[in-house]
Amino acid sequence: MTTDQGGTVATVTYRDAVRMALQDALRRDPRVFLMGEDVGRYGGCYAVSKGLLDEFGPERIRDTPLSEGGFVGAGIGAALGGMRPIVEVMTVNFSMLCLDQILNTAATLRHMSGGQFSVPLVIRMATGAGRQLAAQHSHSLENWYAHIPGIRVLAPATVEDARGMLWSGLVDPDPVIIFENVMLYNMSGELAEDAGGVAIDRAALRRRGRDLSLITYGGSLWKTLGAARQLAGEGIEADVIDLRSLRPLDDATIMESVARTRRAVIVDESWRSGSLAAEITARIVEQCFWSLDAPVARVCTAEVPIPYPKHLEDAALPQPAAIVAAARAVMGR
Amino acid sequence: MGVFRMPSLGADMEAGTLVEWLKQPGDTVRSGDIIAVIETQKGAIEVEVFESGTLERHLVEVGATVPVGTGLAVIRSDGTPAGAHNDLPPVAPVAVAPPSAPATPPPLERTALAGSFGPKASPAARRLAQERGIDLDTLTGSGPEGAIVFVDVEQAWLRRGASVVTGPAKSSGVDGMRAAIAAAMARAKREIPHYYLGHSVDVSDSLDWMGRWNDSHPPADRLVFSALLAKAVALALDGFAEFNGQYRDGQFHAAAQVHLGIAIALRGGGLVAPAIHDAARLSLPQLMTALRDLTNRVRAGRFRGSELADSTVTLTSLGERGVDWVQPVIYPPQVAIIGAGAIQRRPWLVGDSIVPREICQLTLAADHRVSDGHRGGLLLREIEARLQAPEAL
Amino acid sequence: MTEPEIRQILLEEIGNVAPEIDLARLRSDRDLREELDIDSIGFLNLVIALGRRLGVEIAERDYPRLRTLESSLAFLAEITGPRARA
Repeated sequence: MTTDQGGTVATVTYRDAVRMALQDALRRDPRVFLMGEDVGRYGGCYAVSKGLLDEFGPERIRDTPLSEGGFVGAGIGAALGGMRPIVEVMTVNFSMLCLDQILNTAATLRHMSGGQFSVPLVIRMATGAGRQLAAQHSHSLENWYAHIPGIRVLAPATVEDARGMLWSGLVDPDPVIIFENVMLYNMSGELAEDAGGVAIDRAALRRRGRDLSLITYGGSLWKTLGAARQLAGEGIEADVIDLRSLRPLDDATIMESVARTRRAVIVDESWRSGSLAAEITARIVEQCFWSLDAPVARVCTAEVPIPYPKHLEDAALPQPAAIVAAARAVMGR
Repeated sequence: MGVFRMPSLGADMEAGTLVEWLKQPGDTVRSGDIIAVIETQKGAIEVEVFESGTLERHLVEVGATVPVGTGLAVIRSDGTPAGAHNDLPPVAPVAVAPPSAPATPPPLERTALAGSFGPKASPAARRLAQERGIDLDTLTGSGPEGAIVFVDVEQAWLRRGASVVTGPAKSSGVDGMRAAIAAAMARAKREIPHYYLGHSVDVSDSLDWMGRWNDSHPPADRLVFSALLAKAVALALDGFAEFNGQYRDGQFHAAAQVHLGIAIALRGGGLVAPAIHDAARLSLPQLMTALRDLTNRVRAGRFRGSELADSTVTLTSLGERGVDWVQPVIYPPQVAIIGAGAIQRRPWLVGDSIVPREICQLTLAADHRVSDGHRGGLLLREIEARLQAPEAL
Repeated sequence: MTEPEIRQILLEEIGNVAPEIDLARLRSDRDLREELDIDSIGFLNLVIALGRRLGVEIAERDYPRLRTLESSLAFLAEITGPRARA
């Protein structure tokens, strides 16, 4: 298969794309190394780093103890010392143990040193529910990090972004957190064989419509696109915005869309209260108030610990049916 | 004690934007003073106050767009103590109730509050309605919870017969003026049963007389033919009440004076027809001064609200470089408009000889609900007679 | 007054009565009122302004000499000339 530009493309999974990104970074820059729980001999909790230990050896693919505060702190120190560490935190729930390192150290050092030190660290975290991993492994806490000045927060939703955002994050002189939704690892997509870094400043319009703006990111993108297809069958054409960058938010893309469609529904797998969806709602009201034709709507996760049983887990999360219902409501149908 | 309110500067105006305050708190104002500049679809308009006293305070900030009737400033009449403005809603005085009587919430205030929000309408719908002069109370909503949304206003605008504005809506400038003209002209053609008359008038004597006048006067005191025409029309209307006035609420209201609207084309597009007040009473030089002043102010984008709203009849003149004749459209709520084509040198029968004469084709469009063709013809003849006795103008 | 000065004043006053006209594109041998799209009041404004700026009174019978930009320059030079030499 070939691309428009004549290059070849291959069908790969999101997991493959992340692994390709890791391999590429490790090959290109000797300062890059990967560190985390079970990333080496076990090949990664989600099999992302499978085979990397054989290719790059234990100096660069480092298994760590179950101590997020310790190994994230070590990653910050390595970055300060001139390395380009990639630290994997198994799930965002566990990152609460290293929140102190991220918030109080990584995000502040440039500021507190008067610009003398920077922390070129990339932290990868799995996030999201849907695999029946219950209430301690399933939450979406991206908004906690998107709240913090001094770090950049990315959410690749496509294989192209999974392949490209890691390198762009490594090039950034400040800490970057990349959230990989666990439901995406098995998803397949087409990827150019010469794919590389991608721009990480802008949101992407994944579908174009005239009637409302569906704004989402990460694992919810595909549910939202599914809902948009169903809505199109009812004559409602939706813009679908993939935020890609959760901090900073690309206001321009959001506002251009909402000013055009006059209606917005935000789909966000985190809990509604204090969510990114709330932040985006506020920005729309601040910047687009006079263009609105309906109250801004949100489709978020029920405010409960994520349940273990499959039917309850599904019921707690944003699903296409709920997105369709919210879209109909803002259309007055 | 009075409140200076956003005036209605024409039948289609629903709201205006305050552009500039020309009087500040503490300033003395006299009835007729220009107090503010208001931006409407027709352009920036200077508005007068009709009360004398002291401007106590502004109620609206520069830049705000508010509906017609909204209080803009408090005018304290001469002799009224400062601060006596309790007819204003924002500062309702709190009554001190005796302790035994339970405080009764004032029910009227609540009603007034609910009413002031009007029907449920989205911000986008409200903005568009304001820009296009659509009354939200007349619409049925199709949005969430029955709210009026953007498309409802757009549909109403299209139903009203105005031209379709494509692309992003603009609130002022030529597009706004185009929308205003579209609304007024569509209304004229929809509501007013026009009839049309035409008459060729020999204006050679007028031009000769004007040439002699101009030879003996410096440029600033010279006349143009439009001034003679305006005076002739204003004088002729004296005996033709059914052409001078406004048609409102299903009936004609004759006007006591001739407020002669002058159609003025703007450089860059669009036109407006502000009035020269009581034109029949002005001497020809005064009328000429008024005409020049009005034209220059209109082209500079500044004219007064009362000049726009209270024309009783309109004159449209194609000018020296125009074409032979015009079949004009009445500007509602007026009931007549007089057109003048470009003056052309033509072979003309005078007695039994063919001689070159200066000919102007006068036309009249009038409202058949109010007048008939026979009287219209007499009016054109009367204008002709006035033009042929220029020394009496 | 020199011809460049007169020209400068003429163009300035044309700019005042027809502000959106690109003076560089004005054709000097065409009817000025057509070129500028001005009516009798606009033309009268121009005559008044030129009279004031140049210190002369332009008679109505001389209006035909203001037909084009070229003829206007020649005419204005003529009526301001003798005084300039004085």
